[in-house]
Amino acid sequence: MVADLLIIAIGAILINNFVLVQFLGICPFLGVSKKVDTSVGMGFAVIFVMACASIITWCVQYYLLVPFNLEYLQTIAFILVIAVLVQFVEMFLKKSIPSLYSALGVYLPLITTNCAVLGVAIQNITKFGGMEMSFLRSLVYGVSAGIGFTIAIVLFAGVRERLESSDVPEFLKGMPITLVTAALLSIAFLGFSGLSF
Amino acid sequence: MNNNNGYLKTFINGLINENPTFVLFLGMCPTLAVTTGVINGVGMGLSTMAVLVCSNVVISLLRKFIPDKIRIASFIVIIAGFVTIVQMLLNAYVPALSSSLGIYIPLIVVNCIILGRAEAFASKNSIGRSALDGLGMGLGFTCALVIIAAVREILGAGTFAGIQLFGSGFQPVSIMILPPGAFLTLGILLAVINIISGRIKNKRNNSEKEGI
Repeated sequence: MVADLLIIAIGAILINNFVLVQFLGICPFLGVSKKVDTSVGMGFAVIFVMACASIITWCVQYYLLVPFNLEYLQTIAFILVIAVLVQFVEMFLKKSIPSLYSALGVYLPLITTNCAVLGVAIQNITKFGGMEMSFLRSLVYGVSAGIGFTIAIVLFAGVRERLESSDVPEFLKGMPITLVTAALLSIAFLGFSGLSF
Repeated sequence: MNNNNGYLKTFINGLINENPTFVLFLGMCPTLAVTTGVINGVGMGLSTMAVLVCSNVVISLLRKFIPDKIRIASFIVIIAGFVTIVQMLLNAYVPALSSSLGIYIPLIVVNCIILGRAEAFASKNSIGRSALDGLGMGLGFTCALVIIAAVREILGAGTFAGIQLFGSGFQPVSIMILPPGAFLTLGILLAVINIISGRIKNKRNNSEKEGI
């Protein structure tokens, strides 16, 4: 059972990295990755939101939607749960860690529209069908997806900090060179796909 | 600029000047994820466009009734409703496309283009204009997806929309249809756009100087 959970975790963190392989959460990945500090903050906010979202959406699915045959409302129900959750995290950070709150700025409410969070919620349901054990798996999957996101964004922020001071051709400045960098990082993560179990 | 000479301008604006993918960098997730083939790109683009037009119209209709404080939540619920409809329609009529787009169909809800247009345009403008804006933006998004998908599919698989283009001597560059290819293609396309728009700007500046 532990091995099973470990495989899920490694799979979500390295092999199917949420950002670099599955392209979920690209907006914050490109938007908040200018400095390492803020990207670490963003990463932890996302881990926290994803863990909570995995737990709550799993409960909503199996105790609310399935018993009443309302599975077709999945998308609407999940996005509402996530929006409320992000609002709570925002209020909490504003009160307790104001410096992080102001550093994350506009991107905090944007976690609502971070596809990675909704993506993890939906994948939890489609991937681990049935109720047996799947609650624990969903939680592990949610947390490790968040860790994968954090690793990717922090690595990327490190590269971008270096990029600031380097001499880049005029037409590559800004977004193009950022994307090419992301491509190289993605190639590196492609190497993990050899780790098949 | 959006006052009088407008409907056509509103439409063109989304298609070129404010192209969601190439200029505003919105909706990157589906852009990078589903562009492994042209058919997927078209499917994703049109689904997004349908949701965008419908949600723009409804939000524009309701713009005077939605309280300011809960507008984002209301927008998301409206958008999620239309996404669910599109999801069911795709599932019923084009199951093959539906399964190849997979999780990215429900994720249209969190596509920043749709919420962005709802907030920036539909909640302030009339119904007709909002519909046109949705149409223009949706079409701009679809075109961008098709361009990226075409580059990736031709280089990565040697096909266009599933049709074999080259003889058996062609060695596909398979990294183009793998995840890194998506970042690479978009980065290079943006660089090309930068070069072209830089040239146009230079020409305009020069001709202005000559005119004076």
